[in-house]
Amino acid sequence: MTDAPVTGSRIDEAQTAEARSLWGDVWRQFRAHKGGVAGAVIFFAIVLMIVVGPYFHDIDPQFLDIRSKNQGPSFKHPMGTDNLGRDMFAQVLAGGRISLAVGVTAMLLSLFLGTLIGVLAGFIKWLDGPLMRFTDLFLALPLLPLLLVIIMLFRDTLRNLFGPETGIFLLIVFVIGITSWMQTARIVRGDVLAVKEQEFVLAARSIGTRQQRIISRHILPNVLSPIMVSATLGIANAIITESALSFLGLGFPSDFPTWGRLLYDGVNFIAITPERVIWPGLAISLSVLSVNFVGDGLRDALDPRLRS
Amino acid sequence: MLNFTFRRLMFAVPTLLVISFIIFALLDLAPNDPTGNLPLTIPPDVREQIRENLGLGQPFHIRYMKWLEQFFINEPLNVVEQLFGFEFAGSEDRLRIRSWATRSPVVDLIVERMPQTLWVVGMSYVVGILIALPIGIISAYKQYSIFDQIGSFVSMVGFSVPTFFTGVVLIVIFSVQLQWLPSIYDTTHEVTDLSSFWVQVKQMIMPVMVLAFFNAAQLSRFVRASMLDNLNMDYVRTARAKGMSETIVLLIHVLRNSMIPVITVIALGIPQIFSGAIITEQIFRVNGLGQLLIIGIQGADIPLVQTLTFIFAVLIILFNLIADVLYGILDPRIRYD
Repeated sequence: MTDAPVTGSRIDEAQTAEARSLWGDVWRQFRAHKGGVAGAVIFFAIVLMIVVGPYFHDIDPQFLDIRSKNQGPSFKHPMGTDNLGRDMFAQVLAGGRISLAVGVTAMLLSLFLGTLIGVLAGFIKWLDGPLMRFTDLFLALPLLPLLLVIIMLFRDTLRNLFGPETGIFLLIVFVIGITSWMQTARIVRGDVLAVKEQEFVLAARSIGTRQQRIISRHILPNVLSPIMVSATLGIANAIITESALSFLGLGFPSDFPTWGRLLYDGVNFIAITPERVIWPGLAISLSVLSVNFVGDGLRDALDPRLRS
Repeated sequence: MLNFTFRRLMFAVPTLLVISFIIFALLDLAPNDPTGNLPLTIPPDVREQIRENLGLGQPFHIRYMKWLEQFFINEPLNVVEQLFGFEFAGSEDRLRIRSWATRSPVVDLIVERMPQTLWVVGMSYVVGILIALPIGIISAYKQYSIFDQIGSFVSMVGFSVPTFFTGVVLIVIFSVQLQWLPSIYDTTHEVTDLSSFWVQVKQMIMPVMVLAFFNAAQLSRFVRASMLDNLNMDYVRTARAKGMSETIVLLIHVLRNSMIPVITVIALGIPQIFSGAIITEQIFRVNGLGQLLIIGIQGADIPLVQTLTFIFAVLIILFNLIADVLYGILDPRIRYD
């Protein structure tokens, strides 16, 4: 921490001492982390833009205007057009919705799996060994090749079942979710092991609290901070993985593009319209970078040892 | 130590077997037909014969066992024969894993592609380590200085920006705009004299730098954290109190101790680099292992994909093992027994 929050006079502190809550402290600490705040601001700006943007820039991203193909930036097309005359800005906005939706949903799935396995392994003794071996096994899998293989094999089946768009969305979210829960599970397990030996858990047990209630009421709130940090890193990881898959041609199709797919489609035209690669790439990088900074800030803010 | 290595190996074998089973089953039970791409005019009985020929006639467990035998017994024997030049009995009718697309043994394809990947990936890893070490050391020594803050920011950028974006940006700048470097890696190029060596250097700069930047970003944070842990130790104060110069304290006392976790991280990272190289090879059209995998996946060449994926898994387990053993050897405080 380069800049500790300015501490007021003693009287000030005494007055606010009662009003300080845990999350208030976290928030105060987070605000002091410049990178974290900048990341949060940028990330919300990106989210706001892709949510609200299409209402202001209301060109249909799939509208073909072959006469105005491969154009540079202009007032009508702020990011130019592609080789079929589709508006790039509209495509980037639409792609961002899918990219971020994939990122958030996959993160939620991986967080759910990681927390579940971590809590079970930490709390129930006879499950610890098997579940941790299972986690080790997943950590030893070559993830990117396996992701590619799973997508190749199940793409068509799922697209037939759920329709082209939902099918591929479900598949990608699912494969990213089930291949990225391992770190969360390990961290949560470690924290659960430490928390469950503490006196308040013993106290809760001694007054006859049921297992589920001990987990939900006493254990989970105390392991929330590593889960939150994993959540931010999970979004970043999911966005990168999805765009990598799309970049290898095994993600979303061209007519339902994400940022990664836009980049992939643009690569063949870098000599004519380099903007087609730059904008989606910049969007991916900025989102991931800002989320990573938020994660960094959160990690510091949630660490009570660093709190001033 | 030997005891630990042995126990660790004993654990690696069942893990490998389970993973090989997962990979085999996943690819085998998947709903697709290898003869689906053939013309519809082929009559059903011929189609059946083709399936038979591809080895699909037998039940699942037999095929799995055969694949295991080919992978763990037959192919290593072939490699031994090639290396030492003598032949075991019956080397002619030994069954080999064959690619469906090219009908040649998968291992031969892999051996063909290996040098390109090793060159590009290995070089980038070495360059990455060489960049990361000084940055990490200086950042830790001058904690919170301008250099440290810029270094932290750059490393954050380095592992947030995906390699397929940095690669493409480099191509736009150096190949399209400035036209200094070729955007495609030419594998057939042979180094014979100084000028052809220069061509080789030029075509390697971009793929190597893209991966090296990504590796350095991750590694420099580890080096910095590890150095910071050690800089506050009592032995550092003692060394300074004895009157050692700062250079010696830093580069001999602190660095050597800080390298223990860093070396294990480096070892753990090597297999990941191989899968990361899949993307880089795709950008710069390097025809290495990653590209072979992509081609196999696109062409639904199941034996090729199975074998390659499994080799990646073997690499991960092998380097995990190496990292664990190295850690025990380098740090005498670690006791496994």
